[in-house]
Amino acid sequence: MNKNGQAAAFYDLEGTLMSTNLVHTLAFYAKRQQGLWQTAKKSVGTLARLPFFGVADLYSRNVFNEVFFKSYAGFSHDRLRYFSDELFEEVLKPAIFPGTYDLIAKGKKIGQRQIVITGALDFTIERLMDYLGIDDYKANHMEFVNGYSTGRIIPPVMASATKAQWIREYAERENINLSDSYAYSDSISDLPMLSIVGHPVAVCPDFRLKQTALQHDWAVLDLK
Amino acid sequence: MALQLRRKTHESIIYIDKDSAPRIMPFGEDFIIEDLPIGTRVIYPNPPIKGLPNREAAIRYAVNHPLEMEPLYALLEPGMRVTIAMDDISLPLPPMATPDLRQTMLEVVLDMCGANGVDDVHLIIANSLHRKMTEWEMKRMVGNEIFNEYHPDRYYNHDAEDDDNLVTIGHTRHNEPLRVNKRAIESDLLIYLNINLVPMDGGHKSVAVGLCDYESLRCHHEPQTIRDSNSYMDPPASELNHKVIRLGKLVDEHCKVFHIETALNNKMFSDGYDILTRNEDEFSFGDRLKWEAMKRTFSKLPRAARRKMLHAIPAQYELIACYAGKTEPVHEKILEKNYQQYEIPVKGQCDILISGIPDISPYNVYSALNPLLVQVMALGYHFNMYRNKPLLRDGGVMIITHPCFDEFDHKFHAPYIEFFHRLLPESRDAFYLREKYEREFASNPAYIEMYRRGNAYHGAHPFFMWYWGENGRQHIGKVIVAGAENAHVPEMLGWERADNLTEAIAMARSYMGRNAEITMLHQPIIGLCSVTD
Repeated sequence: MNKNGQAAAFYDLEGTLMSTNLVHTLAFYAKRQQGLWQTAKKSVGTLARLPFFGVADLYSRNVFNEVFFKSYAGFSHDRLRYFSDELFEEVLKPAIFPGTYDLIAKGKKIGQRQIVITGALDFTIERLMDYLGIDDYKANHMEFVNGYSTGRIIPPVMASATKAQWIREYAERENINLSDSYAYSDSISDLPMLSIVGHPVAVCPDFRLKQTALQHDWAVLDLK
Repeated sequence: MALQLRRKTHESIIYIDKDSAPRIMPFGEDFIIEDLPIGTRVIYPNPPIKGLPNREAAIRYAVNHPLEMEPLYALLEPGMRVTIAMDDISLPLPPMATPDLRQTMLEVVLDMCGANGVDDVHLIIANSLHRKMTEWEMKRMVGNEIFNEYHPDRYYNHDAEDDDNLVTIGHTRHNEPLRVNKRAIESDLLIYLNINLVPMDGGHKSVAVGLCDYESLRCHHEPQTIRDSNSYMDPPASELNHKVIRLGKLVDEHCKVFHIETALNNKMFSDGYDILTRNEDEFSFGDRLKWEAMKRTFSKLPRAARRKMLHAIPAQYELIACYAGKTEPVHEKILEKNYQQYEIPVKGQCDILISGIPDISPYNVYSALNPLLVQVMALGYHFNMYRNKPLLRDGGVMIITHPCFDEFDHKFHAPYIEFFHRLLPESRDAFYLREKYEREFASNPAYIEMYRRGNAYHGAHPFFMWYWGENGRQHIGKVIVAGAENAHVPEMLGWERADNLTEAIAMARSYMGRNAEITMLHQPIIGLCSVTD
């Protein structure tokens, strides 16, 4: 690890900088299928799977990802891209926490590079990253065959330990000093990512992360 | 010498004799009772001055008969912008029984504003880099009616990190910058409601410190200024006060400030608990029963419950003076009253100073007194409660009683934790810490957001707390903590520990000699020792 490098701020996105989660995005796309029948089918399907998603996430973020992204199987690439602007305006932008702007601005002011690592799909957050002034981001990348989603994420899937692994490699490559860097997350699943930086911060944390943060004297922040 | 010392020199000073009762002293959220060596001088607070019978009338009289300014009603015109700033929860201590004095002052002033057609009124809490007050605390301070009418748009905490609402008004001749709350400084009239609990409060400090930002504050909240303040409870001898006056004059050049200052008596406890500030030799049978009941109740409760219980007891302070008008003459009048209440003439310094540390400080209202705050209370406040010369002689030993638990409130004191556990093991040198780490903490984005959106002290605040003890640290030869429940907290603070007070006194005597003069400040005390040879 480089001890003289630049400091960075690594953010989880959903639940940390904004109130939406992956399911909101899926529901948005489900409502915008071609034809009424497809729309109704996808919307009801998404609704019905909600409890299952919840249980899977409680069990493991990796299992959740595997199960969750299968719901995208059959979605057309064009349609997903076409509606991404609308997704940003209608769903993502209003969900940004009020404190997010200041947090990023203060980080930039002290010269930190701003980086988002998220389990969201890359095409859904491109505009959001521009809007927030994020310097770099790493999101999940979906596999498409003949213009249609297979429901598989091209590895590495950004979750839990993979995020930490990516940060380590990124820091090595970009001359980032992890001891001086910050990581922000709302979920216990991001414990590995929080553990490898000098300044871990729990943002609107879930119960387990809050307990962990208090035990380790980490800062606990509420951006709402 | 000893015989001469044992003569009663003042009603607040007694000397321990062979038939003296043991003394009660605070021990964090608990109280202990200890026998003191014969000849020990014990200093109690002065008896409370009788409060004014009608405080609303006193405030009304003050604003209608101000010093070196027009009466308030003559300054108010329809359509003007008025900001009313007021002290935060750090004053008075503990929080006073409702209605809070600020509520009464506000009722008088807002009534007058309304009667004179002034509608554009904002109420700002001058919390500076202190934690922002919670809604519940804000409501308790001003009462339901005012809270419901003004909160949140027109009654709020000052935000020292809100760049859009801060404005730089200039620099002093010593090049100290001053950036203050924009709404307050750009108002046609700024009215400040002050409560003077100790002589370092009030005056120019109210606006120039209470409503400023970090860069303005760091010019005077720094180790050298504190070293040069002997003490900061004695304004003419305080370099901190001199710097604040320079900044206050800058405020006066840019804004019309109408200052309302109040002085309180020292009636900290209600009748049930007043035994804690009284001479134990004069306890009646009923008083002893009260003490036993209190002691037994406390011994059965866990620490958190004891803390909760103590924080639920409001202080019974009464208004003893109110003046309004121009900042300096008003402050001078109030200081006179403060001294009348607090000043205790003390002849001769001591070699060993004993001071119990209670669970009361300006920075832990409704939370734990963490190790850094124990340091502030010992080396900052208790050591500095003097005029002329320190009560403890140069190189003397200070004994404090406190469990020194390693406990921090995560919501209020987040930056303190990192300061204590990361920085203090590296160095206790205030200049080194300021140079190397202060700005890092002050610009920590997480701490800034915790201060702005939550109720955390600013990232720079733990540094100020450390500097606060700088004069004491330079002056005192050794600090011994009696009853510290662990070794690492005293060690990190640069102190020694003893199991109990007897052992601590023996250790201190081995350092200062068998004939060392011992003085005990009977805490909790709001008193100012005026020490002469």
